[in-house]
Amino acid sequence: MSKHPPADIALLAPAILGPAAIQAFRKLDPRSLARNPVIFTTAVVSALATILVAREAMTGGPALWIGLQITAWLWITVLFANFAEAVAEGRGKARADSFRATRTTTGAKVLLGVGDLYEFKDAELLEPGDLVLVEAGETIPTDGEVIEGIASIDESAITGESAPVIRESGGDRSAVTGGTRVVSDWIKVKVTAKPGETFLDRMIALVEGARRQKTPNEIALDILLAGLTLVFLFVVVTLPVFAGWSGTTVPMIYLVALFVTLIPTTIGGLLSAIGIAGMDRLVKANVIAKSGRAVEAAGDIDVLLLDKTGTITFGNRMAAAFEPAPGVSERELAEAAWLSSLADDTPEGKSIVDLAVKRFGFHDDAAKATASFVPFTAHTRMSGADLADGTRIRKGAVDAINSDAGRPADATLDAVVRRIAGSGGTPLAVSRDGRVLGIIHLKDVVKPGIRHRFAELRRMGIRTVMITGDNPLTAAAIAAEAGVDDFLAEATPERKLDLIRREQAEGRLVAMCGDGSNDAPALAQADVGVAMNSGTPAAKEAGNLIDLDSDPTKLIEIVMVGKQLLISRGALTTFSIANDVAKYFAILPALFVVAYPGLAVFDVMGLGSPQSAILSAIIFNALVIVALIPIALKGVRYTPASASALLSRNLLVYGLGGLVAPFAGIKAIDLVVDLLHLA
Amino acid sequence: MIADLTQIVLTLALLVVLAMPLGLYMAKVYTGEITYLSFAERALLGPAGVTPKAEQHWTTYTLSLLAFTAAGFAVLFLILRFQHLLPLNPQGFDGLPAHLAFNTAISFVTNTNWQSYGGETTMSLLSQMVGLTTQNFVSAASGMAVAAAVARGLASRQARTLGNFWRDLVRSILYVLLPLAIVLALALVLLGVPQTLDASVSANTLEGAEQTIALGPVASQIAIKQLGTNGGGFFNVNSAHPFENPTAISNLFTLISILLIPVAFCFTYGRMVGDARQGRALFAAMGVMLVVAVAGLYAAERIGNPLHAGLIDPASGNMEGKEVRFGIVGSVLWAAFTTAASNGSVNAMHDSLTPLGGLVAMLQMQLGEVVFGGVGVGLTGMLLFVILTVFLAGLMVGRTPEYLGKKIEAREVKLAALTLMIMPIGVLVLAALAIAAGTAQTSVQDAGPHGLSELLYAYSSATGNNGSAFAGFNAATPWHDTFLGIAMLFARFGYIVPILAIAGSLAAKKTTPPSAGTFPTYGPLFVTLLVATIVIVGALTFLPVLALGPIAEQVSILAGKSF
Repeated sequence: MSKHPPADIALLAPAILGPAAIQAFRKLDPRSLARNPVIFTTAVVSALATILVAREAMTGGPALWIGLQITAWLWITVLFANFAEAVAEGRGKARADSFRATRTTTGAKVLLGVGDLYEFKDAELLEPGDLVLVEAGETIPTDGEVIEGIASIDESAITGESAPVIRESGGDRSAVTGGTRVVSDWIKVKVTAKPGETFLDRMIALVEGARRQKTPNEIALDILLAGLTLVFLFVVVTLPVFAGWSGTTVPMIYLVALFVTLIPTTIGGLLSAIGIAGMDRLVKANVIAKSGRAVEAAGDIDVLLLDKTGTITFGNRMAAAFEPAPGVSERELAEAAWLSSLADDTPEGKSIVDLAVKRFGFHDDAAKATASFVPFTAHTRMSGADLADGTRIRKGAVDAINSDAGRPADATLDAVVRRIAGSGGTPLAVSRDGRVLGIIHLKDVVKPGIRHRFAELRRMGIRTVMITGDNPLTAAAIAAEAGVDDFLAEATPERKLDLIRREQAEGRLVAMCGDGSNDAPALAQADVGVAMNSGTPAAKEAGNLIDLDSDPTKLIEIVMVGKQLLISRGALTTFSIANDVAKYFAILPALFVVAYPGLAVFDVMGLGSPQSAILSAIIFNALVIVALIPIALKGVRYTPASASALLSRNLLVYGLGGLVAPFAGIKAIDLVVDLLHLA
Repeated sequence: MIADLTQIVLTLALLVVLAMPLGLYMAKVYTGEITYLSFAERALLGPAGVTPKAEQHWTTYTLSLLAFTAAGFAVLFLILRFQHLLPLNPQGFDGLPAHLAFNTAISFVTNTNWQSYGGETTMSLLSQMVGLTTQNFVSAASGMAVAAAVARGLASRQARTLGNFWRDLVRSILYVLLPLAIVLALALVLLGVPQTLDASVSANTLEGAEQTIALGPVASQIAIKQLGTNGGGFFNVNSAHPFENPTAISNLFTLISILLIPVAFCFTYGRMVGDARQGRALFAAMGVMLVVAVAGLYAAERIGNPLHAGLIDPASGNMEGKEVRFGIVGSVLWAAFTTAASNGSVNAMHDSLTPLGGLVAMLQMQLGEVVFGGVGVGLTGMLLFVILTVFLAGLMVGRTPEYLGKKIEAREVKLAALTLMIMPIGVLVLAALAIAAGTAQTSVQDAGPHGLSELLYAYSSATGNNGSAFAGFNAATPWHDTFLGIAMLFARFGYIVPILAIAGSLAAKKTTPPSAGTFPTYGPLFVTLLVATIVIVGALTFLPVLALGPIAEQVSILAGKSF
């Protein structure tokens, strides 16, 4: 199997930066600016500054040159913020274009209900309930459910998975997606999606961010930023009155500059880019979120319900050890087991051969050619081989082998059998010519590294619960080995739903994944429900995220993406607000040092002149947006850790960094401004 | 120096030692575990139709509080306006002019106790006892009720109600304020504070002149004005007056009573939300800021005015406007305590503090009165900052921010962000308005930056519901009486209504049990973060104007220029 997930688009590819630069100007449209209160305010203030400068130009005032520069940088601040959003959207657009290319343009064969008669209809006009026939080599026109036939389908356009998959009517593999191609055979599909609401349409809209709705947390942050903007408005508007009391006047253009440097333009400018980039990271992981809300909720997950099979274990029992009977060597047992399994194509059989070869290095010699193999039947519950020399080797369920041998089980072996069963494994007895040689220990093998993954989740404060149909004994053994926090044995869809409800009643947020129709209620009930793309339409409808790779371990990645999104937002907000301290130290002395020369003590940076101090602060304020675009798009580095550890680290980097960085930045810009005699 | 330090440390230690058990006791009062006065409770609440089990939704709770305050305002306004027609007016004082009655009534119902008047020369005994002292109790009790309701809301899961305002009000008075006030009043009487219905005595001075010495029911009013973060003195010079504050012991008692209940509320809160660490974190954050304020004030006053170098003994520090009986440290502690809690009583003239000392006092009020703050409302004001801090920094741990397991979402952030407007509007906008209208210039005593400080202090004091006066500012004009009154009203309910709404909304939410992924709202890191948020928000709002006021004055003095 080869995977080629949507080709990764370089973070700042020229193909994106060019159109984004143009888009930045288009976004000056007030209707588009109004979506972002902070940047809208900045634009209004920039317009005001433009008028001030125009007046200054007409009256020939002395502050024309500096005013011109400040106004220019104010507009640049707005453009930079627009640019950040455009870059993030551009990455999504590039992905959407590749999806759009797969959309079918040919007509669909709509069945008329009389035999196999059909007429052609435009794929975009198909209504739910229509029946369409899709034959080999054709593209499936829209989302639907297979009601007749079986076909292998190439879904690589959507999933990037090149190996074709089987879709057939009935069961859990009946869903087909518009835009995928039938490779062989034919199917009849009942349309389930309304025009324009197919999976592909949703995916395109999602990555393009066209109908992007602000997520709840983003709205809350927007409100706070608007609040802070208002506070600074009061500060700046009243300042000339207090300055007047002190016998000094502050030029209007300086006030405008002070206001824009104080309001949280940095986070305001990057906020939507962070959100779009978060969705984009999810798409890159081949997961489609039906809403941004689900991504945020993923970061909040307290409990992760994971299916045992396929997620925690490989899904097949494998030979783990040979337990010989008294007086039998392990090699003897292993050889017999190996011989009996040579022709056994089941995963268990193969694993016995693998283990024997690994332990004792048996060679696939003549035995295979000379032996005649006895296949497993439900009646004998044994399989085996009759060798050329007449030796009769059998392996199978312990009681079947015992009765075949015609004697009661050996007491030592009996103990071994009980131990294996007790540990959640499956004992398999091996006999040679009626003599029981020993037991093969088969067990569910836990995926390597999964234990580490769970430990990581535990450090993040997330509890993992294993869901399995096994009996409690087996479940407990595997749970202990995998290191999950809890398990639900003998799980049924009802018990799963109950478990979710119970956790939620205690205030926890639950995530799970599933694919079958009977998973649908639980998927809908869970706060984050990840449906496998291979699953039924019902499951896909119930979940709020869809994993195109149908990989249940993806749940863990989704949680990480959600957390990273929130962390990026918080870190850049903290950085933005911490920046203000340095800006005061630059601008306040510049404004008032004439009235009170002693206030020069505030000028800790030793800036060139009051004019250059103000100009440097506003230039820094604009440039920092651009400097942070890569962080906004890539997301703040996130390594799983406890909340306290994350907080300490991020506070140090973005809190303390946000306090200190502008002192250095403004000073450096001031040196350049001085050098170029700009102020 | 060592003696000063010892005095400071001992005062703070004694305060905490007394406040901790009181806090736990108050928690039991509000959860209904203590019932020894239930007969009195029933007698008061029964006729009003409040049954012991009656519970109120946050809206009803808030409306009850607003209605109670409005009624209190109306009664007090009428008493003050028409005191000349009412009994117990031995000095025959006139009724108060409308703007002064308006200002004073608002001032007392909002627990501000800003006094635009001189008590002993304006108020009849009836006005003092029935009008003002009543509000000293009930305005404090309504603030305490708010804190109890909020703590209850945060502690409950998916609840619709916050408790009952009338019960919380009555319990605050019966179980907390009255017993403490009685004990303190008796102690003060013992220490020589007058408690009489005689208006004044006449004495012949050594020069043979006749002097009228004002008297009255002083001890009872002093006790509650200190305990309930009221601060409205019986005499004009407040606790600097020898009849209000005769001895070092009375100074210590009254000083500690300023912060006793506000400090106790931190522990009450921890107990009520079922996690003592949460209360201790708030206590630590407030405590750190208080200690810094005391240290700043002490340093500023100890160093004194550099322009006086060589003229006076440098060891005496800045004694201008201070009682020699209390000295630097006694006055500094009081100034720090009274502006930390929104008490507002003074035992020294804040106008005469050094510019930086005055800045510390002013800034404590401008931070929103959250350094322990007013009884009850100081705690809830701090919780608003906690919500903002949790929201800002909580995102950095990768979860939707939560406090005590409750998710902080758009509604809570909106309400908390609204309260950020109160201080800038009350102080910056109203002070600027006063300047623009020309009324500020005529009311201040000094020119330049010190005059600006006088103006800012007055509006900070009103908006912080503090009530302390910087002096040197004539507030008794129709303009200032009106706008200071509006500031007091706006600030009091501008904080109370949103926090009750937040409590109502959080009470209804589910509580997520804490895990390793939960943002910890206790411990040194959180305390640092909380203090940083408060200071940065306060500093960013007020630094420009403070630079033109006290800071400009300080740097000018250093440059040898005075105003």
